[in-house]
Amino acid sequence: MKIKRKAFLPAVGLVILAGLGLQGRSATSGGKINSTANSDTTRSIAPYFTAATTKKKTPDAEGFIQRWLLLEPINKPTRTNVIFTDSYLRKAFTTEYFPGQFTVTPKDGEKVKVGEQELTWHALETANFNVKLFRFAYGLRKQTYGVLFWAVTIVNSPREMKNVRMAVGSNSGSMWWLNGKEAVILSGDRRMVMDDCTSARLTLNKGLNIIRGAVINGPGMSDFCVRFVDEKGEPVKDLTISCK
Amino acid sequence: MKLKTKIKIIGAIALFSVLSARTLVAQVGKPFIHDPSTIVECEGKYYTFGTGGGGLISEDGWTWNGGAVRPGGGAAPDAIKIGDRYLIVYGATGGGLAGAHNGRILTMWNKTLDPKSPDFKYSEAVVVTSSDGVEDNDAIDPGLLLDPTDGRLWLSYGTYFGFIRLVELDPKTGMRVEGNKPLNIAIDCEATDLMYQDGWYYLLGTHGTCCDGPNSTYNIVVGRSRKVTGPYLDNMGRGMLKGGGKMVLAAGERLIGPGHFGRIVVGDGVQKMSCHYEADLDRSGSSVLGIRPLLWKNGWPVAGDNFKEGTYEIESERRGYALELAVDFVRMPGGMRFHRNNDEPVKPVPSQELADVAKTWPSGNIGVRIGDYMFRPHQKWTITAVPDAGGYPGGPYYKIVIAGTDRALAATADAEVITVPSFTGAPEQLWRIDQFTDGTYRIMPKIVPNSNEHLALVSAGDSTPTLSEYDANSDNSKWNFKAH
Repeated sequence: MKIKRKAFLPAVGLVILAGLGLQGRSATSGGKINSTANSDTTRSIAPYFTAATTKKKTPDAEGFIQRWLLLEPINKPTRTNVIFTDSYLRKAFTTEYFPGQFTVTPKDGEKVKVGEQELTWHALETANFNVKLFRFAYGLRKQTYGVLFWAVTIVNSPREMKNVRMAVGSNSGSMWWLNGKEAVILSGDRRMVMDDCTSARLTLNKGLNIIRGAVINGPGMSDFCVRFVDEKGEPVKDLTISCK
Repeated sequence: MKLKTKIKIIGAIALFSVLSARTLVAQVGKPFIHDPSTIVECEGKYYTFGTGGGGLISEDGWTWNGGAVRPGGGAAPDAIKIGDRYLIVYGATGGGLAGAHNGRILTMWNKTLDPKSPDFKYSEAVVVTSSDGVEDNDAIDPGLLLDPTDGRLWLSYGTYFGFIRLVELDPKTGMRVEGNKPLNIAIDCEATDLMYQDGWYYLLGTHGTCCDGPNSTYNIVVGRSRKVTGPYLDNMGRGMLKGGGKMVLAAGERLIGPGHFGRIVVGDGVQKMSCHYEADLDRSGSSVLGIRPLLWKNGWPVAGDNFKEGTYEIESERRGYALELAVDFVRMPGGMRFHRNNDEPVKPVPSQELADVAKTWPSGNIGVRIGDYMFRPHQKWTITAVPDAGGYPGGPYYKIVIAGTDRALAATADAEVITVPSFTGAPEQLWRIDQFTDGTYRIMPKIVPNSNEHLALVSAGDSTPTLSEYDANSDNSKWNFKAH
């Protein structure tokens, strides 16, 4: 049992204690899993993210995209995730929070102004199949609850790929666009499940394709995972991922 | 023969063809609880503990009331019998309440769960695992598994704040095995529990939103592994560490938000599961205890439906014949219509009804046999719960009467089955109906007169029923209820 919906949990500066560990990591969904709980004793994004490089980066063995530009969380006080209906999310995600939100490809370190907040884009590579936005915010000492995240990445396809689907899981509600067109929306009080929602069949252009995503959360532990799958549900892996 | 008054025509003819069905889905009494522990039997009574301390007691597994005692407060306990003692485990905290994820899980022992027993005394609770409030885990919602293959004791725990973890306890002390490190085995879950079946370990978890009354989206899912340590995969091969899980039970029957799975092995081939429903719309939307059949389909557990009252063919799994009164077969009007005139208007032929045949039946006891089903009145049985007759885990006792009459199925002192002209409420006329894990049913009289044996309705031959010990591996012991 976790009574979270009625207890909005503001970001709290916590003293980090040495002790029990953090995360297990899986190489594949069905394969060998190194799941011993490891230690984490510092408040940092380091256990979860590394700085993105310019080295060639392909999706992981299951097709998950691990290189992303992430914007520090926009303050979006939300007491409960049960309000995340489709209508609510469309309104929340089509609101312009900063100039060029739907058009510009951000750069690492670039700052945007959202109301009174000055937020920075971070080009990162996740150590996991998923992108742990909660740990991104926590490690950067930003608010972790009542937040709205923006994520952007560039997918370089060696050829035109028809009839692929964008497969997304997110905690909590999210919306995703491919090349400026809405691809998939995940409404409701959700936890992140791989392949939870997929887009309709779509086409990856030969060359660069841009993915934008927005994730909103009240008292939940924000994260997401994204991959492309083909008609048979098999991951699309012959892509390269960059931040510009 | 004349129509005897003891055969009561209690419904319109249409009743026989329009089958009504109603389900008794939750327990009776005051089964109000949240986050119930796995139901444990102790000295003939059933116990489950809940969040906040205390819990429910039942004499028969059907009627539940408060009275169980568990110190320590906190949330979402679990319980297991090990040897001649009971191990209780609970989370000292509430999983994010007041913004903290510093959880602690404690275990304690008791020789009995009966608070009126002189032996009732809990040992001092000991912490077996914890979370520091920062790590990707919140140490609440414990679930216990005593591995039947090697006797090792495992504890799964956690909530949506990070991972579900697995640690090993010492079954002799209830304490953590020295040097044991926690393993991450799932995400996206609360209220996990483990069980073993046929070479597989199953990890049950609750997904969805808790604690929101009729808007709670709680549901129970499962993954399985050949090793208790995982990886636990769902039916799509998706790891529970990636959010996978196959549905075991979601909302239905005006019961919303099932969570906190617990298994009850009733007997060979008969299993049940306990849970809570976040909201029972027939009980003020309160959180209540639920018990329902646990079925196994293709190696996966799935919640069965509690038995629905109604009018049925009772079909033997052995041959597919139907339980029926041993009375003369009454022919319907008409004969073979092989050569018909295509210009002749087509019209329906009425079914045979009770009034067409009841006058041909004897007035006293009538024997029972099994025959090929012809949807005739002597083959249609109306099954309804008997109020205040008690029950068993997951169900009340039922009366089984020929539809439209009060003629009731009964056990005899020589372990046979008959029908008596009127239902009197005698215990040999009360029937327990449990679903086997394969979806067929076991039908047992509450008592067999002058016997202490617990016998079931079985097929002695294709056409002959009797009462005997049930065999979960034999179709002789299995029946289906078919609504036509």
